[in-house]
Amino acid sequence: MTSALGSVPAGSGTAPRPGGADPQLPVRPHRKRWGRTARWVGWLWVLPALIMYGVFVLRPLVLTVQYSLYRWNGIGTAQWVGFDNYLTVFTDRDLLKIITNAFVLIIFFSFIPVALGLLVASLVRRITTGPGGTLVRTVLFLPQVIPLVAAGIAWSWVLSSNGLVNQLLRTVGLERVTRPWLGEFSTALPSVGVIGTWIMLGLCTILLVTGMSKIDPSLYEAARMDGAGPIREFFAVTLPSLRQEIGVCLTVTVIAALASFDIVYTSTSGGPGIQTTVPGLEIYRLAFSQRQVGLASALGVVLMLLVLVCVLPIQRLTRGEKA
Amino acid sequence: MPEYSTRFTRRRLALLVPLLTAGLTITACSPPGAEQTPSGDSDAAVSTELGTDPITLEMYAETGFPLAKALADEFTNQHPNVKFNIREDQFTVIVENAPRVLASDNAPDIIRLPTMVDLVKDGLLKNMDPYFDAYGWDKFPASQLVQLRLADGGAVRGSGSLYGMGLGYSVTGVFYNKEQAEKIGMTQPPATIAEFEDLLAKAKTANLQPIMQFNKNTAGINFPHQALQNQYGDPTQIADWIFQKPGATFDTPAALKATQTIQKWAQAGYFPKDANAIDYTAMMGEFMKGNGTFMFNGDWESANLDKNMAGKAGFFLFPGETADAKNVAMSAPNTFGVGARAKNADAAAYFLNWVHTNDKAREISVNVGGSHPGGPADLPLPAVSDGTVLAETLKASQQLGADNGAVDFTANATGGIFASAITPEMQKLIAGQQTPEGYVKAVQAEYEKELSR
Repeated sequence: MTSALGSVPAGSGTAPRPGGADPQLPVRPHRKRWGRTARWVGWLWVLPALIMYGVFVLRPLVLTVQYSLYRWNGIGTAQWVGFDNYLTVFTDRDLLKIITNAFVLIIFFSFIPVALGLLVASLVRRITTGPGGTLVRTVLFLPQVIPLVAAGIAWSWVLSSNGLVNQLLRTVGLERVTRPWLGEFSTALPSVGVIGTWIMLGLCTILLVTGMSKIDPSLYEAARMDGAGPIREFFAVTLPSLRQEIGVCLTVTVIAALASFDIVYTSTSGGPGIQTTVPGLEIYRLAFSQRQVGLASALGVVLMLLVLVCVLPIQRLTRGEKA
Repeated sequence: MPEYSTRFTRRRLALLVPLLTAGLTITACSPPGAEQTPSGDSDAAVSTELGTDPITLEMYAETGFPLAKALADEFTNQHPNVKFNIREDQFTVIVENAPRVLASDNAPDIIRLPTMVDLVKDGLLKNMDPYFDAYGWDKFPASQLVQLRLADGGAVRGSGSLYGMGLGYSVTGVFYNKEQAEKIGMTQPPATIAEFEDLLAKAKTANLQPIMQFNKNTAGINFPHQALQNQYGDPTQIADWIFQKPGATFDTPAALKATQTIQKWAQAGYFPKDANAIDYTAMMGEFMKGNGTFMFNGDWESANLDKNMAGKAGFFLFPGETADAKNVAMSAPNTFGVGARAKNADAAAYFLNWVHTNDKAREISVNVGGSHPGGPADLPLPAVSDGTVLAETLKASQQLGADNGAVDFTANATGGIFASAITPEMQKLIAGQQTPEGYVKAVQAEYEKELSR
């Protein structure tokens, strides 16, 4: 591993040279030789991190891909099955439903928090720069600080039959609406989604508020001079300027939705039925309780690809024209 | 500059590809798990001597059940040269960890076991047959240990070699709230299922919660389901299915009738409306608070109920279709096994034998564990105070033993059947999202899928 890493940069360093000076780099003759050594030294500095990355990220990734081609219980000898596990992932009705659940959660984890976040950010923008700013930011960011497990447990109390939500509904005379929100088939997934919204809203708001504070005030001034009201101002100035922040929000929250585990595990364990089971939970169950390490790995690989498929377009859309 | 930086990262990114490929070729040489060699059977001579050398027994036990630690402490008391190093986890965690822990270099000597089939197949458990002969465990009632036997390297349960022992032998049935039972006119435990259903109806009319049962995370309603299934047909069919005998099926008239009854009870509101949102702990809390006339559960809660509902709780075995029906109930040893790679296997077996035969140990099994201590049939049972739930569950345990009516839990049939079929399908069933026919077929389908692996 070490030797591979060591030899690679040397090759890449010389590759663009044959044609003469590197076209991208301004040439500084007196530093050229030092530059080459510096590259070596640079790699040396990042070597510990690279080794960690290789052992704890790349190696597991490669192994997961390998496992996904076998039928294996985690202990005994594995049996080569080729792409059978992937076939199962794409044909098993339950597994498809589980993947769909993750996409439903994107609405609650990403779209709603970003939309609400924009609204809240526009409202609190002025406050956050004032003296009470720290307080507002802290309150907004609090859900992010609380461990997801604790949030899941707390929310399962709030949403239980005698929980806060139902108590409130009873107080205002809506007894008929009360129900075990996390235990009923029709409301379980949206209820889990609401927990996600609560957690993600703070993150999105803070990011968006920060983004807004960077917008040049003269743009607003110009807009107002042109006769734009607050709404027009929002769509013409605020929204386009926040392109990158929205991109970050969407990326982070979409990954959180697709790879969710903690909230679901603590609040519903995937029930009732498989109504709230998400790929993360199913991978864990398949690997550790059903001991189908191969199938679990295949689902893991598919999940990774799904995350990439969803996140890369977002990156492209929100980054593309900036430069 | 941005142009440069993207190219730069792309070039570096391109380097990852050969790296990944190299990694793949290195690791892909052999299939995973090939280096494992089964080592379950040992023909080496065993010793029944504990000796006097200091030993530390590594024990892996279940959190929330103080019995294992209480027994270990007493053992150290009697044999000061033996110390215990106890690691505790929740049962589900042990289920997930057991294979890897047992395969590791510091495998535990004594371990609380989930389903043993896979572990025996992978050669991770010690074959206890030599100890069976050495200690004369043939004096124990054969039915006590039958669930712990596996044949043909784990292919079939219920016969063959012994792979574990019980720290107590649990029995399940129906706990009831004495005050509420009196209110609905129950003077003695129901003698038939019809009588029991009559009581449920009366409880419903009296605005009581007829059955308090959990169904969140894991299907607690599988308790009443199997209680019915045990009575509606030949329990050996269920045992065969659990023991994975070839040709055994869950798709039987008895299972279907049981499922239909559960559906009927759910529709009649005998289970809590939000059962799918009640977990085990919540169920215990509600029942002890007086919310629930009946609760299907096991004797591991006897001591707890005697403490927190003193004098107010009772217990009976689930009745049959007729008053003279044989007693049948889910009953299983709190299984503990010895790791194939255990360093102190002899001492571990000595401990397990001691648990079954030592007077003080048997007393602890009953008073702390709440369960029958097992052991030779001619050893007397430790005394317990009259009028307690403990006395009732212990009596039930003896009745069951006399009728030879112990059946393992359907949830233990395979490693994944509970989590991947019984629990989600049962949650659907009581919410009206699954039919009884569909339930039975879905459970059998998952069973076949797992066995085909």
